[in-house]
Amino acid sequence: MKKTNQMRKIIYAFAAIAFLSFAQSCKKDSAFLDKQPTSTLPIDAVWKDPNLVLTVVGDLYDRYPDYQTIEAWWTFTDFDEGFASASGDYFRHQNLEYGYDAWRYWDMGVYGYIRDLNMFIKRGQESTALKAEDRDRFLAEARFIRAGIYFEMVKRMGGVPLITTVLDYDYSGNPSYLQFPRAKETEIYDFVIAELEAVKNILPDNATIQSRATKAAALAMESRAALYAGSIAKYSNSQLTLPGGEVGISSSLANAYFTKSLAAAKEIIDGGKYSLYKKNPNLSENFAALFTDKGSNPEVIFAKDFKLKTNKAHGFTIDNQPRSSAEEAQGGRLNPSLNLVQSFEKLDNTYASMASVDGSGNPVYYTNITDIFAGRDARLAGTVILPGTQFKGKTVDIWAGYQLANGTIITGDNFGQSKSEVLPDNPASVQVVGRDGPVDGLEFSAQSGFYVRKYLDPATGSGQIGTRSDVWWIRYRYAEVLLNAAEAAFELGDPTTAANYIKQVRDRAGLTVALTPAQITFDRIVHERKVEFAFEGHELWDMKRWRLADKVWNGSNMSAADFINANNIGSATRTSTQVFGLWPYKYYNPGNANHLKYVFKVIKPSRVTAAHRFRIGNYYSSIGQDVLNGNPKIVRNPNQ
Amino acid sequence: MIGALIAVLFASCKKDNYDAPQADFTGRIVYKGEPISVQYGQVNFELWQSGFGNYSAINVNVSQDGTYGAKLFNGDYKLVFSPNQGPFLWKKNAAGKQDTIAVNINGSKTMDIEVMPYYMIRGATITAAAGKVNAFCKLEKIITNANAKDIENVSLYINKTQFVDGSNNIATQQISGAAIADLNNLNMSVTIPGITPTQNYVFARIGVKIAGVDDLIFTPVSKLSF
Repeated sequence: MKKTNQMRKIIYAFAAIAFLSFAQSCKKDSAFLDKQPTSTLPIDAVWKDPNLVLTVVGDLYDRYPDYQTIEAWWTFTDFDEGFASASGDYFRHQNLEYGYDAWRYWDMGVYGYIRDLNMFIKRGQESTALKAEDRDRFLAEARFIRAGIYFEMVKRMGGVPLITTVLDYDYSGNPSYLQFPRAKETEIYDFVIAELEAVKNILPDNATIQSRATKAAALAMESRAALYAGSIAKYSNSQLTLPGGEVGISSSLANAYFTKSLAAAKEIIDGGKYSLYKKNPNLSENFAALFTDKGSNPEVIFAKDFKLKTNKAHGFTIDNQPRSSAEEAQGGRLNPSLNLVQSFEKLDNTYASMASVDGSGNPVYYTNITDIFAGRDARLAGTVILPGTQFKGKTVDIWAGYQLANGTIITGDNFGQSKSEVLPDNPASVQVVGRDGPVDGLEFSAQSGFYVRKYLDPATGSGQIGTRSDVWWIRYRYAEVLLNAAEAAFELGDPTTAANYIKQVRDRAGLTVALTPAQITFDRIVHERKVEFAFEGHELWDMKRWRLADKVWNGSNMSAADFINANNIGSATRTSTQVFGLWPYKYYNPGNANHLKYVFKVIKPSRVTAAHRFRIGNYYSSIGQDVLNGNPKIVRNPNQ
Repeated sequence: MIGALIAVLFASCKKDNYDAPQADFTGRIVYKGEPISVQYGQVNFELWQSGFGNYSAINVNVSQDGTYGAKLFNGDYKLVFSPNQGPFLWKKNAAGKQDTIAVNINGSKTMDIEVMPYYMIRGATITAAAGKVNAFCKLEKIITNANAKDIENVSLYINKTQFVDGSNNIATQQISGAAIADLNNLNMSVTIPGITPTQNYVFARIGVKIAGVDDLIFTPVSKLSF
């Protein structure tokens, strides 16, 4: 009986399946084939709902380009700011020259991105279902992003084809109507500036919006772009020009660009909605917190934000946390260089090498390991974890070994190694090297003697692979606006205004003796940006626009003598082709007054074997041969 | 089934369609027959061959002593230095672009490539004495028209290996261009630092950096015993 029931059920089931299948095939073809896909949304459906449009805009923001960023710590070691303490990245210090294709940003992906933006703008303009204010904000954001991409392209490549409409191929076999020549370098800068001017008043003027475009974000980008164009014009070099103007800006245009840069910066400053971050009275802690504090941070204008427990978290803290207190068995990759560390000036506004030896070459003995760094710009300890300072409440253990009275060095080859019977008259087992190194050639140890602090997340768990960090990447902040204004004013011959803007940034760094207008020089401005914006991705672009890159990274090798009692630290053209370090040693000489005091040695990490050489052809990245083959109207960049 | 598999595997054992390139293309970069010494691995020219799909260049490096060598297939090539390669100018065509030289390769070929350097180093002598390396040279300005360029600096480099230049040296002495009073009387001297392991010879040469030109022009490398 039971069995029959089951049989009946099966028969019913088959009958039902058969019936449904036949019924299905009786439908019209069009009803069957014209189904809406469930995995994607049709365009007109998206443009009915602001939340759906926001998801599209989110993707457009997500593809916004950065070269040096906290998501790629190794890019900070490509120049002279840092040493890469990771075995897969030593090559960055072993390549003499930069390839002409370095920093290239011109391929199918970039123009695909621009096409997506142009398509977004076109559809937005055609849509009627959204409220006008919502739609206008989205369109302004897309134009802001598009301006950002063209700015990124022009600073890397020079003039590029300026495409602002959606181009489609007609399959005629003749693609020549799609082949556009390169615009002039000035035309791209002018486009960027004009677009940002056009959208600034459509975008919200709200300082609490920091990860989407705002009025201030547009003005900050405009100020930076105009400043770049102005300095390219002012410091132009006859070799860095093309007859068609694709590369090179006439020096007669410099003042107009500087004026625009100053005006855009002033509009943010006079708006009064932003201010320098000054929450913590300890100036170094304050400077470090500026980058990690995401709660009502008044300095941040535009940032790439991250969020824990999503796939938008990053591993900057995992990669770079001090090894001794790391939450994983790794960290310590990015080691700030002595080149950078010694650039932080003394509180009386003078420059000096770290005093490892006195004026006559005798070693200086320090009671505390941090004493050698005392009396410097507060940004030093906010940017760099110095030996003997703390991160997450734990003191880093950076010292390279013992130095005996006869100069012999006692050291180890692993983190915090102990050895017995190595010190005179002391058979006990003693630790002979810090738990953070430095050990030459040992990855994750502080091979330059320093760890990076900027952008290192103080939150518990930020160093764990399972948690990661949600510290944001700040693309535009108020201090840059001030320094842009200072530089533009200086270049326009107004050092009083420049001194006034630069003072605000330096006051926050504890440099309370204000520079007089007469003390504001080009070298001072170069210096200020170097120390304020270390590890923020400015260095390459600044060195390029000032045409200093081929002088500073000139391929000549350096020696320790360049870092001992150097008298040209404030010079904008000081050679800086190799990264050096400063290692602390404990002086071991029982009975001597200096017993167990610290001495310091300038060292070159042995993995640094080549001197960086930036050639004139590196100022504008080469254009790919595939691009040249595909479009005969494209001219090559100069000197390659 | 197994037979088919074996057939497939053995099919891949066939020889390649092409033999490796056989022809040697060698020569020197010269000015009026004198080779131009440059930095190792820094100066190269391009060989282009048309007729094989998309263009891309074969880069041929010039050695320290101004010689070059490449293994090529037989065929017609166009030879060109891209702008600003080397401490010299390359002739331009009527449109102001870098001109090309047609090179026909049919078997091995030796060819000297004539270029127009900004400066030539003349009468260089480099000697070692009393723990120092002393050098003397004159500079002749070859390009004197609108393309002429100033000297940024003149350097004497010494190194413990035969590769001697700005990034490979153990000591260097530099005269800045502004400090040069007489192009026909340049003297430099550099102390030989301690070398580990000890060796009783060094390699030395003089390099001239021309303002706004990436590549230096050098004298030939001298090996000096002391």
